[in-house]
Amino acid sequence: MKRRVVITGVGAVTPLGNSVAETWEGICRGKSGIGRLTRFDCAAYETRIAGELKGFDPLQYVNKKELRRLDDFIIYALAGAEMALADAGLTLGAAEAERTGVSIGSAIGGLATIEKEKEAIFLGGPRKMSAFTIPAALANLAAGHVSIRFGAKGPIGCSVTACSSGACAIGDAVRLIAEGHADCMIAGGVEAAVTPLSVAGFNAMRALSKHNDEPEKASRPFDRDRDGFVIGEGCGIVILEALPRALDRGARISAELAGYGNTSDAFHMAAPPPGHEGAVRCMKVALQDAGMEAAEIDYINAHGTSTPLNDAYETEAIKAVFGEHARRLAVSSTKSMTGHLLGAAGGIETIFCTKAIDTGMLPPTINLDHPDPACDLDYVPHHARKTAIRTAMSNTFGFGGVNAVLILRKFEE
Amino acid sequence: MTLEEKVISIIMEQLDVTREECVPEALFIDDLGADSLDLVELIMEMEETFDVQIADNELEKIRTIKDVFDFLKSRGTVWHE
Repeated sequence: MKRRVVITGVGAVTPLGNSVAETWEGICRGKSGIGRLTRFDCAAYETRIAGELKGFDPLQYVNKKELRRLDDFIIYALAGAEMALADAGLTLGAAEAERTGVSIGSAIGGLATIEKEKEAIFLGGPRKMSAFTIPAALANLAAGHVSIRFGAKGPIGCSVTACSSGACAIGDAVRLIAEGHADCMIAGGVEAAVTPLSVAGFNAMRALSKHNDEPEKASRPFDRDRDGFVIGEGCGIVILEALPRALDRGARISAELAGYGNTSDAFHMAAPPPGHEGAVRCMKVALQDAGMEAAEIDYINAHGTSTPLNDAYETEAIKAVFGEHARRLAVSSTKSMTGHLLGAAGGIETIFCTKAIDTGMLPPTINLDHPDPACDLDYVPHHARKTAIRTAMSNTFGFGGVNAVLILRKFEE
Repeated sequence: MTLEEKVISIIMEQLDVTREECVPEALFIDDLGADSLDLVELIMEMEETFDVQIADNELEKIRTIKDVFDFLKSRGTVWHE
């Protein structure tokens, strides 16, 4: 008999704010977190915009010694986890330690460290390598450091599935709790990949928007004039608990994590097939996992990257799954405001679905000035909408043909 | 700045410790909170600053700040700043 899993805390650092409260306020006001790219000198690059954290002070979360030894993605994860645990009112004592695990995904881990140390070898030879290079680069060290800092001794994992990393990490964590391997999981996604290699690499694939003159208008999912995604950085962490335990300790339950689906396109390394068949199956698998009918879904937080292919195919896929109901439900892409946080997207977008259910407010899709004719659903254009919802679905699709779908539901005992 | 003062300033920066904690008898691991990787990194910084090479078997013998002073002096290292 599988146990029910609920969300009892959230924590995040995003281009809209260094906390969930600040980020959600920006979402509700339809603010853009996109600006000029400042992480490195990008004058020679085709894309010179990004969704960067603003005014984030790492020394709030790590000391000076740690600051030199940890890649940014690890620091963002520590920040997200600390805020999420505080939100959940949880401190891990000896009794809970072995039953609490960590599952934090990242598409690439410490890329900035890799680039910096490679340069050090190039300029000064192999003996110039820092002893901390490898621990700072490995993607699972976000989960590792969170486990160390907070004393979580249960299962540990790092899902690496490109833009679905955060979603898969949460889905995996849900399964671990449901099947009884853990009672609590610190789960989500993190990414700090606004680096030369990353931007140049995505530009070489023609994947990024080049709307450099108006950064805030560049991420325009479902719009006729969309020209690629805007890269972002940050972290989104949720605290997942087995329902009996959450009730026992009187935790505040924000939402139930009701279903998870994971499928492969088996089509192309980066592009979805027309109609995005893999995503259609994935949404259906998630609904089945949640024991829900398609018509029960009130809101979809779309993958909605603002690329020409994804937005059209995702719309097609939603229609294929939901039929007539596709016209009644609301769909929005928060990537219009945050940009695409890669491995962290699934983490923060699960939080947006949680907040939407908890507060009865639907995030908008901003910059939707001229919808693509192929995109004709209700995308909650321009302004957040006050609507009580019972359910929400979060879609993420990653390179390699990954599809991951999470379904959240208002908690009812 | 003397050789000893330069060594201590590197230790303070690398290990994020205070001047008061950096007495010659201070043990890197037990007193200054360093782990094995901190020590490797610290020695690398010393090698670069004072242009010396510390072999792995010599590294094993370095446990206190005084051990670092003794090692550098045994190599005839001088420091002017």
